[in-house]
Amino acid sequence: MLDYAWLMLLFPALGTLIISLFGTRLGKRAVSILAPAMVFLSFVVAVAAFVSLLGLPVDERSREVTLWRWMVVGNFSVDAALLLDQLSITMALAVTCVGFLIHVYSAGYMHDDERVPRYFAFLNLFILAMLTLVLANNYLLLFVGWEGVGLVSYLLIGFWFEKPAAADAGKKAFIVNRVGDFGLLLAIMFIWTGIGSLRFADVFALAPQVWPAGSAVVGAVTLLMLLASTGKSAQIPLYVWLPDAMEGPTPVSALIHAATMVTAGVYMIARSAVLFDLAPASGNWVAWVGVLTAFFAGTIALTQTDLKRILAYSTVSQLGFMFIAVGVGAYAAGIFHLVTHAFFKALLFLSAGSVMHALNGELDIRKMGNLRVKLPTTYWTFLVGAAALAGIPLFSGFFSKDAILFAAFEKQLPVWIIGVITAFITALYSFRMVFVTFWGQERDRRLFNHAHESPRVVTIPLIILAVGAVLTGYIGLPAISAIDGWLAPAFHPAGAAAETHSVALELILLVVSGLIALAGVFAAYQAYMVDPDLPKRVRASLGRVGRLVENKYYIDEIYDMFVVNPLRDLGGWLGGVFDRRGIDGAVNGLAGVTGWLGAQARRLQTGMVGLYALAMLFGAVALLAWLATR
Amino acid sequence: MVPTSYFLILSALLFTIGTLGVLVRRNVLIIFMSVEMMLNAVNLSFAALARHFLDLNGQIFMLMVMVVAAAEVAVGLAIVMAVIRNKDTTNIEDVNLLKG
Repeated sequence: MLDYAWLMLLFPALGTLIISLFGTRLGKRAVSILAPAMVFLSFVVAVAAFVSLLGLPVDERSREVTLWRWMVVGNFSVDAALLLDQLSITMALAVTCVGFLIHVYSAGYMHDDERVPRYFAFLNLFILAMLTLVLANNYLLLFVGWEGVGLVSYLLIGFWFEKPAAADAGKKAFIVNRVGDFGLLLAIMFIWTGIGSLRFADVFALAPQVWPAGSAVVGAVTLLMLLASTGKSAQIPLYVWLPDAMEGPTPVSALIHAATMVTAGVYMIARSAVLFDLAPASGNWVAWVGVLTAFFAGTIALTQTDLKRILAYSTVSQLGFMFIAVGVGAYAAGIFHLVTHAFFKALLFLSAGSVMHALNGELDIRKMGNLRVKLPTTYWTFLVGAAALAGIPLFSGFFSKDAILFAAFEKQLPVWIIGVITAFITALYSFRMVFVTFWGQERDRRLFNHAHESPRVVTIPLIILAVGAVLTGYIGLPAISAIDGWLAPAFHPAGAAAETHSVALELILLVVSGLIALAGVFAAYQAYMVDPDLPKRVRASLGRVGRLVENKYYIDEIYDMFVVNPLRDLGGWLGGVFDRRGIDGAVNGLAGVTGWLGAQARRLQTGMVGLYALAMLFGAVALLAWLATR
Repeated sequence: MVPTSYFLILSALLFTIGTLGVLVRRNVLIIFMSVEMMLNAVNLSFAALARHFLDLNGQIFMLMVMVVAAAEVAVGLAIVMAVIRNKDTTNIEDVNLLKG
């Protein structure tokens, strides 16, 4: 079965091709069936590959499938080949499963849009690119997928390109990601010059011999990868594009900007575990970037009033948690949180989409309230998602976040402390959304009366995702931790002995984080249900700090001031002054000089034939004289 | 026997006369005749040197030049006729359309 894993890529590729070529002729209905079907087939292949991988002994659970020799230049050669191991198949399962559900949801959600075929062509292309990214067996093919998902992200953020905000957000995402991609490209070049191969297996086998632990080169490579990941996975300093990316259709936000694409950075760091183990300093950087991002994005999420933007900042924050995990070397915990997050965050976004659908596109939570009466299914699914996000015990996010915090507690105590505070904030803003949106009194009666539950094509994926958002947590139960044992060989091919954890300590921390989550929920209940003036009083007591957070730390303004505007001015100067005066001046000047020379030369052509003949005579005489005297 | 140098001096004289004719005369037909004279001056030197060196190549070349000259006359006179038809003149100075 594993040899047929390329089918996973073939189906979405076919879908993209058929829909982009014949989509408008097939019609909305056919396209809305074809696109999810293709992803479903991919999912089936992924499950089959997973099952056959399970059937193999542990040390054989890594298979490479070479499709064709991609390029050979001198002694540089790259294959288009897939790597099937525990890590890639886990990612592929999450991508295809969540991807399929979101495709189905999209069929209902995008029903009234004019450009349904274009939408599904992009969405299938995204699945193709994402699978290329996670299944690649070398860094170059990974880079192809990396760029592919970036492209589709750009196309889908700007899907409603008539809206200037959407077009701008698309551009912003693309350009900010470019900064990170530059880092990845440099890292790949470093790896090639140092090791002479881009294949993961070669790189990880040779890296410990070529680069001593803690050496400068491996530090540079890993830091460049970190830069790339901060772009793709929306971490400080490059997270600014993700909140704006919410201009795209909601299922796109769910699939690309919450569940899958933004986790690519975490995946790449986990994939490069061997390199990060060689550079402990870079690991620390990753963890600190992660925890700071988690904290700051969490505080911003508290102050936002746009439902999708709260979710966007919470995505940034949760990605920060994954960075903590991979930064402290708990790669399995990071991937575990990635998978649970894919489910519950997709669920939250899709539920938010359902709310938005019911309220005619309204996203301001201050205008909502008491919606659980009108949208019971959406309410329950959103509640499950929020509980998982908040880390309420027995929901998936509880186990995965706890696994991360436990790893941080063992390696980096300061990171753990900030992480715990952030976990509290997470619970607070999760249930702020629940209470303000679905509980209490309706605030806008007109919107409330208009509200209606979404059709079944929308609610059924929500229910399935809700089940997933609960159940995925149980693959990583503490002390048993199936996912840990499953993934561990993928990170340490040499078969390093698994670290032994103190189970008692883990259980104590489990209780602590459970209590913190419940405390967050309780605080949210106090602030938004019991005493609605409390947030205002807190806000007033914070004064300047509050204003700072409300304005998202003025990060966008700072970027505008120090990066965007100087670059725009530079561009204006280059276009207006340098190009017009410098480049055009040089070109026009050259033309002018040539014209002047021509004007002078045309005086020679008098039209008097006698003169020409005389010139010929003198020329002939001069030539003869030269020949004679030579 | 007449020395070769006489022939060459005559040839040079004829060539100079032809050249001067081309340069100073305005009438197209006269210029044309002057060109023919230059060609024949060269022919004369070819013939003289062929005799001097006892080499037939010079004479053969002379015949070739005559053929080319005949062809050139055909084309040249046709051009002159065309000019006369268009401009009603044989004065070379009136034909200056290509003046820069």
